[in-house]
Amino acid sequence: MRLNNQVSYFRIILTLILAMCLRVVPLSEEMALLNPDWVLLVLVYWALNTPERVGIFHAWIFGLLTDVLTGRLLGQYALAYSLIIYVCLKFHNRLRQFPFFQQGLFIFFCLLLSQLLLFFIKNLQHPAQLHASFWLPVFTGMICWPLVYGLMRFVSVFRFIK
Amino acid sequence: MAVIASTILLVTEYRSSQISGVRSTLSVVVDPLKYLVDFPTALIEHAAHSVSSYRALKLENERLREEQIIHQSRLLKFEALEKENIRLRALLENSFKLGEQVLVAELLSVNMAPYEHIVVVNKGTRFGVHPQQPVLDANGVVGQVFRALPFTSEIMLITDPNHAIPVQVNRNGLLTIAMGSGQLNRLVLPFLPSNADIHPGDLLITSGLGGTFPQGYPVAVVDEFTTEPNKAFATITATPKALLDRNRELMIVWSKSVPVPLITKSIINKEDPSDEVK
Repeated sequence: MRLNNQVSYFRIILTLILAMCLRVVPLSEEMALLNPDWVLLVLVYWALNTPERVGIFHAWIFGLLTDVLTGRLLGQYALAYSLIIYVCLKFHNRLRQFPFFQQGLFIFFCLLLSQLLLFFIKNLQHPAQLHASFWLPVFTGMICWPLVYGLMRFVSVFRFIK
Repeated sequence: MAVIASTILLVTEYRSSQISGVRSTLSVVVDPLKYLVDFPTALIEHAAHSVSSYRALKLENERLREEQIIHQSRLLKFEALEKENIRLRALLENSFKLGEQVLVAELLSVNMAPYEHIVVVNKGTRFGVHPQQPVLDANGVVGQVFRALPFTSEIMLITDPNHAIPVQVNRNGLLTIAMGSGQLNRLVLPFLPSNADIHPGDLLITSGLGGTFPQGYPVAVVDEFTTEPNKAFATITATPKALLDRNRELMIVWSKSVPVPLITKSIINKEDPSDEVK
């Protein structure tokens, strides 16, 4: 517990910035369809592990920044992220006890909810056709969750030698 | 509260797009990330340039010089033709817009969102870029500025599914609209009847209607024309002239807003403020 309390804002913000970079990294067309929502994954990790540091407000701010970064209508990622982080904060005590597999399932539903919200907003702007590959990032996100979890665990434990 | 705030943001921007100030302020925070992501690509390119051999450079230099001579001689002719065109237009009592200013912008290799053909370049409102400016490359029309931020701007390519560009067939002046298809090497022309006079190989140029794109730039070459008896419109596809997936340098164009004065009615024309191109 002591360890979690000492995770500085510097690390949290640094990882979120890295996640935002990954979000817009240039990939081939097929790979771009698979690129998961890294910012959300990282946000969820911090919300589950340091709920006293990362709140809905942070999620909202980073959602807004993601909106600007990816050129969406302002506020749609902000809305999706703050809702999901709210759910995470609500259940973080229970979720931390869950086995890894169940956590993965939870992440899957988080990503699905976010994608649904984005699709809903897109559809309000102009009726869009639903492409099957629209849901691919949800699956790749779930597959990437153990990777994110391991890396982030490393980041939060890692200490510079004094 | 966050939900309410984001909903308000969404609605206001959807309704009026009046909060571009918020966006450009936030983009100052976010734009360095775009440059950061672009950095490795730029570095590799730079390295490749600096280690290319003396021989290769010399060859390229020779080739460029030859090209330049050819283009120069063409330009000589072009100037004479331009003058002649103005004179002829004057005979028809028709004003003629001519001359554009360009700014070379470099592409940032950043992937905005799948399904949309939007690219980011490294010039923004600091350089006077504004939305709806046409963007070209050496071969043809690339797209238009979709959103101008202080340090970068987003450009919608002509192949984006939401983009349409007014074109005309160079051979006979047939007017139509070319829409993006979502594939980088294809445009579709959905509004031509089955008996339209258009063949594979026809060059499509901008018609200048709508006021966004200046007239006369090459857009695409028609590559397929199929008619189906049970449909009212023909299925026509075209390949863009611009190298949309290979170019790193793009040109953002300012059309000169003052038309070239008529020779016969130059005084009247000067007082006439009618001008649809901003």
